[in-house]
Amino acid sequence: MSHSSRKKLLLMGRSGSGKSSMRSIIFSNYSAFDTRRLGATIDVELSHLRFLGNMTLNLWDCGGQDVFMDNYFTNQKDHIFKMVQVLIHVFDVESKSINKDIEIFIKSLTNLQKYSPGAKIFVLLHKMDLVQIDKREELFNIMMDKLQKISNPYQFKLIGFPTSIWDESLYKAWSQIVCSLIPNINLFNSNLIKFNSILDAEEIILFEKTTFLVISSTASIQQQQQLQDSNGGLMNNNNSTSTSVEELDPKRFEKISNIIKTYKQSISKLRTNFRNLIIRGSNGNNFYIDILTENMFIMIVLKDKPQLENNYIQQHEELLILDNIRAARKWFEKIENSGSS
Amino acid sequence: MEGRKDTNATILLMGLRRGGKSSICKVVFHNMQPLDTLYLESTSKPTTEQFSSLIDLSVMELPGQLNYFEPNYDSERLFSSIGALVYVIDSQDEYLNALTNLSMIIEFAYKVNPKINIEVLIHKIDGLSEDYRIDAQRDIMQRTGDELLDLGLEGVQVSFYLTSIFDHSIYEAFSRIVQKLIPELSSLENMLDNLVQHSSIDKVFLFDVNSKIYVATDSSPVDIQTYEVCAEFIDITIDLDDLYLENDRNRNARMNKNNTDEQPHQGKELKSISHLSNGYILYLKQMIRGLALVALIRNDDTTRTMNRTIDINSAGGTDVSNLDDNQDKSLAIIDYNVNLFKESLMKIWESSRLNAEQHGNNINHTTSNGNGTDHSSLPI
Repeated sequence: MSHSSRKKLLLMGRSGSGKSSMRSIIFSNYSAFDTRRLGATIDVELSHLRFLGNMTLNLWDCGGQDVFMDNYFTNQKDHIFKMVQVLIHVFDVESKSINKDIEIFIKSLTNLQKYSPGAKIFVLLHKMDLVQIDKREELFNIMMDKLQKISNPYQFKLIGFPTSIWDESLYKAWSQIVCSLIPNINLFNSNLIKFNSILDAEEIILFEKTTFLVISSTASIQQQQQLQDSNGGLMNNNNSTSTSVEELDPKRFEKISNIIKTYKQSISKLRTNFRNLIIRGSNGNNFYIDILTENMFIMIVLKDKPQLENNYIQQHEELLILDNIRAARKWFEKIENSGSS
Repeated sequence: MEGRKDTNATILLMGLRRGGKSSICKVVFHNMQPLDTLYLESTSKPTTEQFSSLIDLSVMELPGQLNYFEPNYDSERLFSSIGALVYVIDSQDEYLNALTNLSMIIEFAYKVNPKINIEVLIHKIDGLSEDYRIDAQRDIMQRTGDELLDLGLEGVQVSFYLTSIFDHSIYEAFSRIVQKLIPELSSLENMLDNLVQHSSIDKVFLFDVNSKIYVATDSSPVDIQTYEVCAEFIDITIDLDDLYLENDRNRNARMNKNNTDEQPHQGKELKSISHLSNGYILYLKQMIRGLALVALIRNDDTTRTMNRTIDINSAGGTDVSNLDDNQDKSLAIIDYNVNLFKESLMKIWESSRLNAEQHGNNINHTTSNGNGTDHSSLPI
């Protein structure tokens, strides 16, 4: 209910760079194919999205044609650039006029510095699928170096992502953008670790319910801790699980988001939604995806213990974990609600 | 002659130019590979199925006009060796030519091989509006009927399918066609019927995991949406499983290089259960040889009404455990029954393999033994 739970996100970039497509895929359940139907955005399209219950994202999708753009930087500039939490600037990698793109980027940075200097800047190099695979990384680095240099005088630190609507990179980018807005993320993290100490899981991941963006996961927390440790010069590698985590597919979060969203779309044909999904994997991994709170799903990956060969014991363990999830609900609901007060 | 004879499950795909035959081949052939391997060794009870591949799709390109179509000796032998003739009609094009062509082919093929299954795919219906599809189908059926009557071939059975490769209709059609070619699989259908009766299952499919063609289903009518959901459920389960599988394989490969190659895939059977918010349950369990059983399970009415009350106050106390108890019980029964099904599937497979080795080519009479065991062992 407080004012801080309303977040203003500016989504900018030149026309045709794919801004509205992103928004439709992440927040309106479009498939990548469906986005062809989208026409040009006229002026600014506002959408209010509820995220994690008490957080409202006001997404300002700014149409990118020159007429509108000029307007943003002249007449409407205090209206547009006031109280901005996040600027998401989209660059089309195939764009013919990069200089023009950058010029607009600089203009919005200038305005942001004036009206909301605390804003976070995210840069998305979009339509990466059109670039040859082996050239993508190089192109991304060159582009980011250039943009960082440009934005240095404005004292903004850029966070960049290569994205494409045809793979999971879009989820990765948006999940990080949105996570940067969650105020009590540390509480979520600490509770997730606590929960893991009870379950001893391979991995636990929290998802937002409607968008299925990743909020938090044990792997990412461990990674952060490791970073801090190594920065502090401690370098103690006693954490044996962290080594195994590194061998997992680094893109798995986004892939899971993608898979579950497909699943949700698939069963919408039966006019229903899913409550949980339990997979006993072919290699001894057990997956549990369940509703955690009104706004969150949890996914738990468990390694099978060799002594549990017996079918009945296994079934009991399944119930035990579902019970644990149910018990954890109360914690996480509390955290969620505490964020609003 | 000998080499030809054992390919009675060959599908011959015919049609006019640009009818979409090669695309169908790509879609189905690509998916057919695992199904082929399935029938090589698993439940191939009739020994007539022992080929290198279950279904050979050979595309025979026909010219636009049939006037100079004079099948020579080769095509005669070809027709005599195939099990099904699939004729593709492009529904978006003018199809009168195709129909005359079709009736001539039928006349010829039927003369050579009266046991041939004739299937007509009214293809590319994705471009037609809903009303027009039915009109087109009726028109095509009528005209073929008339043509065949003129040729004096009233007795020929021709099946029609509305297909498009952009949705699941082509899989549906091919599932039907494949099932027709293997009538021995009707015992599987019986077993599935039994399973459905005793487990409050709405619909059950026996899928080939990689092709999404269903080898068998229970005798209730197939709802295309249920099929789609079930087929996609396989994808989702496997995708999620694969995400964490790969890393394990790597790790194993590093730790003990010798033992890994046999283990990783057959380690444990894949199984997944998903509760839906309207009380239904999607259930998947891996069977033998790349087959998976996917079922849509409905809850009993009592549980469903309880469900609704619980969704409102989802964190409620005793109600939840009550509901879960109920569901767990029904799931346990289903688990048990499915395991029995799997066992009998294995029995069928083993006995067929044994028979194949003993008798060589001439058996057709072992159809019912696996079936019988299943009947008696299902709990009621």
